[in-house]
Amino acid sequence: MLRVIRPGDWLTLALAALLVGASFPFLWSSERADRAVVRSAGRVVAELPLSRDQSMRVAGPLGESVIAVRQGRARVESDPSPRQYCVRQGWLERAGDMAICLPNQVSLELAGRGKPYDSISY
Amino acid sequence: MAAAAIALSLAEAAIPSPVPGIKPGLANIVVLLVLARWGFRAAAWVSLLRVVGASLLLGSFLSPGFFLSLGGALASLAVLAAARHLPGRWFGPVSQSILAALGHLAGQLAIAWLWLIPHSGILYLVPALAAAALVFGVVNGLVAARLLDQRPVADAAPQPVP
Repeated sequence: MLRVIRPGDWLTLALAALLVGASFPFLWSSERADRAVVRSAGRVVAELPLSRDQSMRVAGPLGESVIAVRQGRARVESDPSPRQYCVRQGWLERAGDMAICLPNQVSLELAGRGKPYDSISY
Repeated sequence: MAAAAIALSLAEAAIPSPVPGIKPGLANIVVLLVLARWGFRAAAWVSLLRVVGASLLLGSFLSPGFFLSLGGALASLAVLAAARHLPGRWFGPVSQSILAALGHLAGQLAIAWLWLIPHSGILYLVPALAAAALVFGVVNGLVAARLLDQRPVADAAPQPVP
């Protein structure tokens, strides 16, 4: 089987493998996040630095959501939403990660120096 | 030959794929064979007939998937048009297949970006898709090269496509 591969083919293969291999770290590297942006009813109410462990309570129509920052990560610790999607999201670690508590109109998003994308829309 | 390509596409459609859009592309083996035996025009015909024919038979004609397939086919044909000029002693079907596979991916990303998902998030798909393109490009190229090896391309004059 190797007989049918000509010398130039090996070159093409090597270059292509290099290109594909390089695409992994280049496109899959995640941005370091340095702050957690907390929004209530669409407006930014706080930008918490991830360097300091802290908790924050955010009031919404349904009640109070608690945001927790620990060791460079952030999460929605508790929230009055019925299905708890944002709490179940768990710890947010990379820039662009976000958890949205729709019923309580609270959202948590990690931001770094440069976000991979500005917004998500469908 | 186009019929053979379409048949391979149909057979391949039955194989489940972990990620939508990653397919072995077995019909491309036929395109490479036709390229070697009957030249570029014939290969282009086979490729495009395959895209249209398979999509008609699979019920995806004019669907977004069809346009992705078409974009990929056109891009890979453009790459083949250039790649066929590579000296044959050094570069064979394996190179053509790899380059065409990467061209196919680029064409599909272009269609996806321009029309379907104008969002930089699709770049996250590239490493996985590119790796698959490389692997299947090599496999298809090897198969085509092996088949060509068994039946040497002795004819100097191009023959009409059967």
